[in-house]
Amino acid sequence: MYVAAKGGERAIRNAHALLAKRRRGNRALPALTLDQIAQQLSLAVDRVMAEGSLYDVELASLSVKQARGDLIEAIFLIRAFRTTLPRFGASQPVDTAAMLVRRRVSATYKDLPGGQLLGPTFDYTHRLLDTSLVGDIGAPTAEIGGAEPADMPRVTDLLGEEGLIESAPADDGAEPFDITRAPVTFPVDRPTRLQTLARGDEGYLLALGYSTQRGYARSHPFVGEIRVGDVEVKLFVEELGFEVSLGTVQVTECQMVNQFKGSAEVPPQFTRGYGLVFGQSERKAMAMALVERALRWKELGEEPGAPAQDEEFVLSHCDNVQATGFVEHLKLPHYVDFQAELDLVRRMRAEHEAELKEAAE
Amino acid sequence: MTTATLGGMPAITYNFAYLDEQTKRMIRRAILKAIAVPGYQVPFAAREMPMPYGWGTGGVQVTAAVLGPDDVLKVIDQGADDTTNAVAIRGFFEKTAGVATTTATTEATVIQTRHRIPETPLRDDQILVYQVPIPEPLRFLEPRETETRQMHALEEYGLMHVKLYEDIARHGHIATTYAYPVEVAGRYVMDPSPIPKFDNPKMDDCPALQLFGAGREKRIYAIPPHTRVRSLDFEDHPFEVQRFAQPCALCAARGVYLDEVILDDRGGRMFVCSDTDYCESRQAAGHRGEMAPPDAALPQPVSPRGEDATRVSDDASSDLSASARGRPAGAGAGAGTGAGTGAGGTEAGHD
Repeated sequence: MYVAAKGGERAIRNAHALLAKRRRGNRALPALTLDQIAQQLSLAVDRVMAEGSLYDVELASLSVKQARGDLIEAIFLIRAFRTTLPRFGASQPVDTAAMLVRRRVSATYKDLPGGQLLGPTFDYTHRLLDTSLVGDIGAPTAEIGGAEPADMPRVTDLLGEEGLIESAPADDGAEPFDITRAPVTFPVDRPTRLQTLARGDEGYLLALGYSTQRGYARSHPFVGEIRVGDVEVKLFVEELGFEVSLGTVQVTECQMVNQFKGSAEVPPQFTRGYGLVFGQSERKAMAMALVERALRWKELGEEPGAPAQDEEFVLSHCDNVQATGFVEHLKLPHYVDFQAELDLVRRMRAEHEAELKEAAE
Repeated sequence: MTTATLGGMPAITYNFAYLDEQTKRMIRRAILKAIAVPGYQVPFAAREMPMPYGWGTGGVQVTAAVLGPDDVLKVIDQGADDTTNAVAIRGFFEKTAGVATTTATTEATVIQTRHRIPETPLRDDQILVYQVPIPEPLRFLEPRETETRQMHALEEYGLMHVKLYEDIARHGHIATTYAYPVEVAGRYVMDPSPIPKFDNPKMDDCPALQLFGAGREKRIYAIPPHTRVRSLDFEDHPFEVQRFAQPCALCAARGVYLDEVILDDRGGRMFVCSDTDYCESRQAAGHRGEMAPPDAALPQPVSPRGEDATRVSDDASSDLSASARGRPAGAGAGAGTGAGTGAGGTEAGHD
């Protein structure tokens, strides 16, 4: 006999209690603090803030802890909280040229105004497990810092002065479409595309970006520049008549420089793919820039056909909170529909059998 | 909305029925538009909800937008009030709106449903809110939204008829058993959500307002009361609903949708009402199926939760499980899925 699924209420309560217990783990060990998560798992926290579309280190750390380290679950928690927040307005565009830069690399120029600044990066590390991290190693001894703050004009601006790259889209000053407050309809404009990609799943964009490098919408990309650092967020307050600073957020910006043959009206020049993400996530920013560029095939008069170029496909499926929900909803009971299918299959099998018998006679 | 601090972090409080009033107003506008254009999918700015997409976020948002403090809410999943997701959604509104809840169809003013329409006919003072996974009836024929919107605008439904015709050519009958497309008020072809086609006729000329919410897909649509809803078919292949050879094994009801419950691994099975409230009410009224429990173990006539109103205590939920005695263990949930055979931990797999 079946075990009673009545009393699902109690089962849910028990399951949640069990979850809380598993989350805490062995009580002989000290509980993680939010500060520890924010400081020592900062890239996880960054990802949660980026895909959760909410810049709050403390809440993101809490969500990582609550989600037992499941980052998509943590992103979901942040989104569900974010949606209840009132919207006060739209900030002024952040000026990444005025960024307090912590890392900046360009693959197109060996040296450039402001220089290359490696900063904290996994690049060039040997991926060997470091057993010295098993314990508390204390503060590293290496000399840190020392780079003089310098003006760091964006590489794309340098190229732009020569007219070698398409100009950045003009800012018409209008408030951009907000995908969290209005339903998206296709085809979308640039702000909608960028917002959707910025909160899109890192793994999904990585795979799509990768596909463009393997010949599916090849765009001959160069990393014009990646910069990571702090930018100021300002709000123009109508009542006051001037801008006020809301604080700083850390972002990663990637300007991808891509080949373009030119057309009847436009001389050959480079084109842009753009990526901007909360926190430090170069992988995400680069993947976003590749996909953004691939999606622009129509305005640049390129041939369509690759998955990464398909706007509806790419943008409709890049949200991991939506995706995980719908995939995992298959866990819910479907027996009413299954019963209907069961009935149909039985009927069709009976008909099939009858036909075979008829054919044999 | 921020009140006190908890451990250094501001405490978080939520509005009545979770959503802020501006969001509810936006949803109500979409609902009004949907009622004005029956069967038309109105885009709305669906919010992230604290339950996953695909688990009823659209229905929950519609319910949150229409729910008032005096409403009595019923939530069913697969026809049953006690499936884990129905329990979770009901609990959500008990917590965030403090409304009275019930399992009795007749007592409810708002009924949120997944995959079924109650067997008890609905009244004009009731709202039925459907959870919709894929609102676009043409989606599996044409994946592109830009295309399907145009097809609806031009009333170009030939593709759907071709699909149904191909079914007949291939199988001798239409092979769609649930989410069977309907035409609403002689104009829009609409997805009725994955209800079995058995339930389709109940949508036609229904006195209750029927609202459909698809959260992930950001669409709301509606069937106003007493609207003509026709299941698509052909003159020589008229629409037909499923028929069951036997009555409900518990309440002997005929002409209702039944769940198949596997009893053992030797082919033993029974068929019981999918609508648990309907089944329990009939048993309470003295109807007996061939596998009905003895009189002593009769279920309560009506839901104890409805009478209890406004708040649910632990007592109320133990009453709920007490009323389960009339059903075979597991008939409410897990039947047909093979799950739910373990202890409490296994059941939680549904959540």
